Parts: sequence; structure tokens; C-alpha cells
Amino acid sequence: MRTAILAAMMMVAGTAMAQEDKFVLQDGPGRDKAMQCTACHSLDYIAMNSRFLDKAGWTAETNKMINVFGAPIAKEDVDAIATYLTEHYGKK
Amino acid sequence: MYTPVYGRRKILKAAVGALGTFALGDALAAVKGGSTAELGLAELPDGTLAEQLLYALPGKVPLIKKTYRPPNFETPLEYFRSPITRNDAFFVRWHLSAIPQVSVKEWRLHVGGDSAGRELNLTMADLRKEFKPAEITAVCQCSGNRRGLFQPHVAGVEWGVGAMGNAVWRGVRLKDVLAKAGVKSGAIELTMNGAESGALDKTPDFVKSLPIEVAMSNDLLIAFEMNGKPLPHWNGFPARLIVPGWTGTYWTKQLVDLRIVSQPEKNFWMSTAYRTPRGKFPTPTFKSQLYAPNEPITMMVVNSLITSLRTGQQFPRGKAIPVRGLAWDRGTGIASVEVSTDGSHWRAAKLGKDLGRYSFREFSLDIPTREPGSMVIMARAMSNAGEKQVNELIFNPAGYHHNVIQRIYVEVV
Repeated sequence: MRTAILAAMMMVAGTAMAQEDKFVLQDGPGRDKAMQCTACHSLDYIAMNSRFLDKAGWTAETNKMINVFGAPIAKEDVDAIATYLTEHYGKK
Repeated sequence: MYTPVYGRRKILKAAVGALGTFALGDALAAVKGGSTAELGLAELPDGTLAEQLLYALPGKVPLIKKTYRPPNFETPLEYFRSPITRNDAFFVRWHLSAIPQVSVKEWRLHVGGDSAGRELNLTMADLRKEFKPAEITAVCQCSGNRRGLFQPHVAGVEWGVGAMGNAVWRGVRLKDVLAKAGVKSGAIELTMNGAESGALDKTPDFVKSLPIEVAMSNDLLIAFEMNGKPLPHWNGFPARLIVPGWTGTYWTKQLVDLRIVSQPEKNFWMSTAYRTPRGKFPTPTFKSQLYAPNEPITMMVVNSLITSLRTGQQFPRGKAIPVRGLAWDRGTGIASVEVSTDGSHWRAAKLGKDLGRYSFREFSLDIPTREPGSMVIMARAMSNAGEKQVNELIFNPAGYHHNVIQRIYVEVV
């Protein structure tokens, strides 16, 4: 819930957790674009969901983040992100 | 001022799971809790095993970290050796990452909606003063508990067996609060909203709903105490909904808004998430939400967990194997737990004290050892509704309702 009343009655917690920075995405083309995921969640979500998604699976996940959760990721970045995730965290 | 909750560094640098043989002193038992193969179930995804570790959130013992933000932390197996789960070991599950620190002084519970007789804005003092106290012992289990054990794996938080806990919840009855607002005849659902939100304005707020007749039933609470203490921040301080028998998704944390409504709630969290194929499970149907090919998950399926054994554990010949564990269901109560060493002959375990029909129920049985060699140990719970745990996974795409019978292989030497 996000309303003026709530803002007045509660302090919103900082969203970054220091520990989450210990997890680093593997190097590779597209890594910079995949780093956009940190706007909403820690990157350990990616490793946790490996390695069982194929490219179609990672494409669906990326599109869900944009279409359902409102991630400000350009549509033209989807393929690069899904390709990166499939290569480094996908089903071989 | 708000104190950063992530600042303390209490990390145990040990991956949980496959590394169960590491000598880690006191942490050893907890570390072992991460591998589900050791518990006679399918193993978690490789990436989950490699990435999860033990980490203590402020006010919590080290729990199995699944994700930092939003925080998702699982209770290690050792804490299920008691039928009541400690507050500081109780699992942590959040959908959205902006989680406020709520001040009880400033907190208000708003009750309204198009089918409410009037609006209420209740303080904690109002709740405690105007309504009779009520208490219930109930299991809170994430809909996706054991999702990580699905074969094939499905995307989501890759939980092992510990996204659940059992506590004595104390607060006031939800129905008393709703009655005070007044429930009009056209009401079909109650919507519930907590104080948390997404990092982005566009992220759908985590709003859930229940059938109004469930919301008005006797067992639901607005709880502000857990095992005799205030709710931990991570478990919904200062007040959360208790929906005994229903999966955790309905147990709204940091509850701030209730609406009695005449139309089904159709936001993403009701219309798309937390759904199963229709008719796949022997659980009640959420009738006002049947506008799609699937249906919302509702109540829990019968399940059990052996807490005393691990695959590979050795027992000297002639010494009994102690089978201990917990069983639970959606509130019909546990009729029996049976143990088998071959999958065809089953012996009744002794049930522990009945702490209430929504509670964990302990079970125990000593199995004699005979010949040296490998021995399988299985346990299956049956509810008073006659439902039993399954031999094979009932697959569903979102990974809910895993209640497959464990097959733990111990060695008699």
C-alpha cells in the first residue's frame, strides 16, 4: 500500500541490503543490461532460478518483469538480457 | 529515525545443502537443513544450492537465505523438532521490497469497502479495548513451500521444506471487527492490504482477498502477538491476518486496510498469481474467483515432515531407528501418520499432544533394525477428511501443494 497517510505514519525502509552486493553476476555480454534487475530485487533471484530455464523461459521471466511489475526495461533490451541469462544461468 | 535493518553482518560463509559434511560446529545442523535430497525428496536446483546460505536478519537466528531483497528466508530443519516454531526462527517471505518499519503508535487499521456499513479507523488501543481477545494455534505455510523440489523445476522462490511454521497467535476475531463496520448483503469478498509496496509505483500492490463467508467465520484473527510476544517485524508487526488452514498468501502482514466488497478482486495477485489448474487438488473452491481456466489456491493439503533422519545416516544393527516428525493439514486434523520400510506395509506412529486442529501434530515411531544394508523410511499422514499424502508429485506450473511422501535411505551397519 502506498498512500500519503502511510507515508506519514511509517518510515519506509531502505531497499538495498548491504549483503546482497556479495552476489555478483557472471561476466559476459549483456551483463550490464541484466544489472537493471536490481531496481526491484536482489540479483540472487537469478542464481536461485538456475539452471533450468531455457531462452524461452528467461524471455518470459524478463517480459513478466516489464509487463506485470512495471520494470523500466526497454523492449529492445529483452533479447540481450534473456540471451545473457540463458548463457550464464540457463539450461544447458 | 529508521535504523537500517540490513547493516549487521552475521553471515556464515557456508553454502547450505550439498556441503552438509563441512565441520561448522554449532552451525552444522542448520547447514544440513538445506539439502532436500538428504530428506528423501527431490533436490533443489543447482543454482539454489550454490547460492543459499545461513544469514541472520536482525532479531532472527541464522535462517536459510533464498533472496535478500525482497527478503525470503527459510527455517532450518532443526527448528521443526518442536511443534511450536520459535519467533526468531520463523520463516520470512515478502513479495515487495519497500517494507516499512511500522510504529505501533502511528499504525491504523482502515476498514471500509462498498459493502461495509461504515468506515472504521482503528488504533492498536481501539483493537485491544473494543474487541474480545482470541487465540489460536495454527500452521502458516507458504503456498510454494517445497517448490524447489518440483521436477521439472519451476521458476519462483526455490523453497526447501522450511517455508512454514506453527505458532500460538493472539489478537481479536476478524469477524468481530467486520461486524462492527457492518457487512451488507451484497458483500462477496474481503480484500486485505499490508503496508509494504514495490520499489516502483507501477508494481501491483500485494492485495489479496478471501470469500466473505470465510472472512466472517470464527477462526480468523487479526493477530498482534505470536507465542506470547509481539509479532516480529519480519512476520508482520504490528498486526497480521491469521487465516487458519489457508496457505500463507492470505495471511496479510503489516495489515493496514480491509475492504468488504461486492465484486471479485482482480489484481495480478488474485487473477494471475497463486492459482492452480482447476479441480487438481482436494481443497475448497473460491467461487467468486472462477473467471479464468484456473482457480486460486485456497487451503493446505495434508503433509508431514520427518525431522529425525537423513539419507546416509548410519544406525548400528539392533538399535532402533527413531522416526520423529510433524504432520498437518487444512484443519480437519490429523487422523494418523503411518511409517513404512517397504512402501506396502504401514505401521501407525504414535501421535503427540493435540494442540488444536490447525496445529502441527508430532508423531513418533521406533523402527527395529535387522539386516545390515540400506533401509528406506517413509511416513505418510492422513487427515480426518481421509486425504493422504501422494506418492507422485501433482505437478502444477506455479509449484504449489507439494506433499510427496519422503523416502529416506538410512544404513544399518
